[in-house]
Amino acid sequence: MSDSPLSSIVATEDQMLEGGWELIVGLEVHVELATRTKLFSGSPNRFGDEPNVNIDPVTLGLPGALPVLNRQAVELAMRIGVALNCRIQPCIFHRKNYFYPDMPKAYQISQYDIPLNVDGFLELPSGTTIGVERAHLEEDTGKSTHVGGATGRIHGSDYSLIDFNRAGVPLVEIVSRPDIRTSEHAREYVSELRAILEVIGASDAKMEEGSMRVDANVSVHKPGTPFGTRCEIKNVNSIRALGRAIDYEARRQIDVLDTGGVIRQETRHWDDAEGRTHTLRVKEDADDYRYFPEPDLVPVAPDDAWVQAVRDNLPMLPAARRSALSALTGYDTRSEAIIVVVERAQHDYVQAVADAGGDAVRALIYVQQAFADAGPTPAVPAKDLAALTILERDGKLSATQAKTVLSELVENGGGDAAAIAAAKGFEAMDNSAVEAMVDEAIAADPDAWSKYCAGEEKAAGAIVGRVMKASKGKADGKVVSAIMQSRRGS
Amino acid sequence: MSAIPSTASEIAAAVIAKRITARAVIDDYLSRIDARESEIHAFNLVMAQDARAQADAIDADIVAGRPVGPLAGVPIAIKDNMCTHGVETTCSSKILEGWKPPYDATVITRLRTAGAVIIGKTNMDEFAMGSSTENSAFGSTRNPCDVSRVPGGSSGGSAAAVAAGFSPVSLGSDTGGSIRQPAAMCGVVGVKPTYGVVSRYGLVAYASSLDQIGPFATTVADAALLTEVIGGHDPMDSTSIPLASPSLLPSVSQGVSGMRIGRVTDLPAGAEPEVVAQLNEAFAALEAAGATIVDITLPSLSYALTAYYLIAPAEASSNLARFDGVRFGLRVNAADTNSMYGATRAAGFGDEVKRRIMLGTYALSAGYYDAYYGKALKVRRLIAQDFERAYEQVDAILTPTSPVVAFKFGDKVDDPMSMYLCDIYTIPTNLAGHPAMSVPFGTGAHGLPVGIQVLAPALGEQAMFRVGGALEVAAGGAQ
Repeated sequence: MSDSPLSSIVATEDQMLEGGWELIVGLEVHVELATRTKLFSGSPNRFGDEPNVNIDPVTLGLPGALPVLNRQAVELAMRIGVALNCRIQPCIFHRKNYFYPDMPKAYQISQYDIPLNVDGFLELPSGTTIGVERAHLEEDTGKSTHVGGATGRIHGSDYSLIDFNRAGVPLVEIVSRPDIRTSEHAREYVSELRAILEVIGASDAKMEEGSMRVDANVSVHKPGTPFGTRCEIKNVNSIRALGRAIDYEARRQIDVLDTGGVIRQETRHWDDAEGRTHTLRVKEDADDYRYFPEPDLVPVAPDDAWVQAVRDNLPMLPAARRSALSALTGYDTRSEAIIVVVERAQHDYVQAVADAGGDAVRALIYVQQAFADAGPTPAVPAKDLAALTILERDGKLSATQAKTVLSELVENGGGDAAAIAAAKGFEAMDNSAVEAMVDEAIAADPDAWSKYCAGEEKAAGAIVGRVMKASKGKADGKVVSAIMQSRRGS
Repeated sequence: MSAIPSTASEIAAAVIAKRITARAVIDDYLSRIDARESEIHAFNLVMAQDARAQADAIDADIVAGRPVGPLAGVPIAIKDNMCTHGVETTCSSKILEGWKPPYDATVITRLRTAGAVIIGKTNMDEFAMGSSTENSAFGSTRNPCDVSRVPGGSSGGSAAAVAAGFSPVSLGSDTGGSIRQPAAMCGVVGVKPTYGVVSRYGLVAYASSLDQIGPFATTVADAALLTEVIGGHDPMDSTSIPLASPSLLPSVSQGVSGMRIGRVTDLPAGAEPEVVAQLNEAFAALEAAGATIVDITLPSLSYALTAYYLIAPAEASSNLARFDGVRFGLRVNAADTNSMYGATRAAGFGDEVKRRIMLGTYALSAGYYDAYYGKALKVRRLIAQDFERAYEQVDAILTPTSPVVAFKFGDKVDDPMSMYLCDIYTIPTNLAGHPAMSVPFGTGAHGLPVGIQVLAPALGEQAMFRVGGALEVAAGGAQ
């Protein structure tokens, strides 16, 4: 597989599979670039149009048509290279020759031994570093629909329909080193990669629409021995399916090996409904692609100024965003709130709330909980949310009241938190009033109180409920609990 | 109305000056085609009606005082491997029979803009693979100088069209000599420009890194004019050189005084003695015109043919893979997709095309790439280096175009090696990407035309046309 020092990564004890087997996974991720036009022609690169409208002589591979490289595609591919810490090098294109009806020229223009981006890495949110061997440019094929027959595949079908809208759409294939040791890391890698691709505007990276496709090379071995024979798993259409497919495949391989069998190098198809992989084709059937340098294109050598410009204009990546939020709130970069908020690209908004004088931790939690559908720039003005966090922090509103005001803010797209609270009759109660109410409640339900004092925590509910009723919900639940604890003496 | 002139520049001048109409010109050329095409078979398609309409449009422009181009009213024949919008483009292959491209090649667009009138599509060796036009799926073309002989190839139809007076100029494509060799055999001028000077967009590819479009003409000046019109950067072809079209006409009459002309002392042997004699005459004529003859060596030349017959078929095997019966051209139905591919390609391609596809597929196969294709690329670099060294000493090089004069039908068609040897002097320039032209220079065996080849360094078209012009004068041609 790879001779990179990174691939000497060994699974930790809790990452090992039972029976002393170690899982080795490398991922090949294809992403469609979000360019305006195709990789080698001026036809629109657009998903979801009527079949065969975004075509031209180049797309159809008509005799005499010639490819012209799309500069925007090179730029987006370079962005991916920079974001994945790759070296960007002068590169060339090759032809990969094979016959298939949706491959119009009977060859794919791809990059072979001299790709654009090499030797990078991706740091997972959990802290593991996964090597990136290369990230190269190539063109997509058309899309076949095989009609008739049981399998939906070309063999046994009555006829096939081909849509060439996708043919020639620019792809970047990102090949990881075999550094992944658990299915969880594989999922984390794809999830983080997707976040990066979205942030840098290289791709919308939607696995469901096929703009991001993941193939997994899976093998198992005993540590200290050479890597096992790998199988390539295709048709993995979600991050969840990726984890399941890897787990299934590892189990299958271990079962084969444990019963004295051998693993054949083959391509396997993941069937999500059945939850298993099955053989698609074995290595011996592999095509000889007869790669040779594409004579219709010239070498691409991005100059230093171009590479630097790409580097300078790269937006803040998810990892840096998480670090920034962590510094702002004191939360761990791996905390769910930070991961979720960064995934939604709402980190700038949280920062803006803090900048407007708000409480950063409360801002983070509010955004995580109430802004799931608000997008990167929620309608609620940052200063409005800031005001609410301060009201809660200063004890002017209970957590429950703050939540109610927050819903109102979200619904109205903003507003004066203090005014909303006042309109709802939320006025902060001073603690002595609450204390009196707690004492009244204890007197009214001595049974519950003695159970609570005996350590039956759930008996507290009856007391708290009486206080809330008496205060018409204005008492802060946390304050009530604190008073009860002090009365109990713990 | 005056008589119809015979050169492109004279026709355009007369049409622009309203001495004759474009319509009269095209009618005259169409009548010549009517008279002799059944004997020559230069064309796969004569576009009589369309050509008359184009000519009428030019005349209307002139009457209305609208600007017209430098080829106003000039009839031109086009090799049948250049895409013409809505007009059948077959590459003389059954697999493309009936195919009408939905677009014009860049050269066609430029010709139309210049006012040229496209008169027809010319016969060729199938997919430009051959040296005699005998490999056409639609029958051979006869040499107008001696109809028992081949016109050369692969652009035999375009050479014959000009030699027979069916059009004053034509376009061919040259991958290993396919313009120059038939030009020599038919006694006309043929030019292969520097690789990248003329756009390949719309030229059905044979070997992409070698193919180049160029003109046939009866005079060196017309060839220069045509090269000016079709040359220059085209953003649709990534291998197109980003320069404007070179100015060439002034070079034609500039003379060779002070130029250094290379004589290759280690030129591969095999040329007919009469051809060698004409080459020596040519050197003498240039020396008399003020040039210095310098002996040079090109030691890698003897490997050129071998390298070519690996590189060109390798690229062809990939370029011709798209003829799979799925989207255009012939389809022979069969039980499943793979059988359909096989049946379509078996029925659609001729023997020579199949031979080269197999050769090229083998040369690119895993395990053989380094030994064949990889080594051929190294030879290609060596040849380019040899030329580079030579051009430190000389401005242009003279060789025969073809080792032999036009041969009889069937003489070589069953012996591929002897056919391939026809291109031994023309192939090295394609491998180097340099310009070269063939100029008619006297006669050889059986009184048949001999062509002398002028080679020049990359973008050395001006030097090449100076020498070409001087050779034409020495041969008693246009002045």
